[in-house]
Amino acid sequence: MGINKDYLGRTFPATAPYEVSRVKIAEFAEAIGDPNPVFRDRAAAQAAGYPDVIAPPTFAIVVAMAASGKAVADPGLGLNYAMVVHGEQRFEYSRPLHAGDVVTAQSAISGIREVGSITMLTTETEIRTVDGEHVCTGISTLVERAEA
Amino acid sequence: MSGPVSYADVAQGAELPAATYPVTRLSLVKYCGASGDFNIIHWNERIARSVGLPNVIAHGMFTMAQAGRYVTDWAGDAGALVEFGVRFSAPVVVPDDDMGATIEVSGTVEEKLDGNRVVLGLTARCGGAKVLTRARAVVRLP
Repeated sequence: MGINKDYLGRTFPATAPYEVSRVKIAEFAEAIGDPNPVFRDRAAAQAAGYPDVIAPPTFAIVVAMAASGKAVADPGLGLNYAMVVHGEQRFEYSRPLHAGDVVTAQSAISGIREVGSITMLTTETEIRTVDGEHVCTGISTLVERAEA
Repeated sequence: MSGPVSYADVAQGAELPAATYPVTRLSLVKYCGASGDFNIIHWNERIARSVGLPNVIAHGMFTMAQAGRYVTDWAGDAGALVEFGVRFSAPVVVPDDDMGATIEVSGTVEEKLDGNRVVLGLTARCGGAKVLTRARAVVRLP
């Protein structure tokens, strides 16, 4: 069972709207061990020029994975998730996510490569506000190792 | 936390001081919950070993988050990133002890671009292995 190359270029439906909350941002900042007050304290974020607390840069993965996770778990794609590791990750930001943002994420499969016994799958996920403003694009490459 | 670094004060080729960040089993449990990524290799040693890993490993995104913190702490603005990319070149292995593992991040100012943008080249190491390669951040400075 190899990967289904017909999925190259396929775009998946956008996620339901996700509301970025102060509590979730603070929980994420605590989990990565980053004490920066702009992730927790609205006044500190406003003093730095933001409308509300902002999210750490890699918080975008939480929103992106809701979309890309569905794409890579599509049974027709044929990826064996148990053998998958994260190979590469890239983000392009228009601005940081902040509390109060309501965003959707939409993923497309932008690359499928087989190198020897491993398969590399690249997804490109756009995060936009429900008003259509681009916030961030996440490009993830997953590597499926061969079965031992 | 001091104010943002200014573009004019940044010298191409400058090396930034290295910083270290601890990662323990508790960090990974917290990160599972906060990120929603409950992949079993990040919390179950039995399964991690059964799929050929040396032990439980950190989420790649946890390591990337430490590199992100390194950049935003240096820039003095947690919202300064324009681009941020890494390759996960080796796993961060996290033993079941009180010390866990230590991720060391260092960086260099690779290039100054127009629009007040600065390109940083980053390296992250753990236990002698390079855990991030081709790690690059572009920040916009005042």
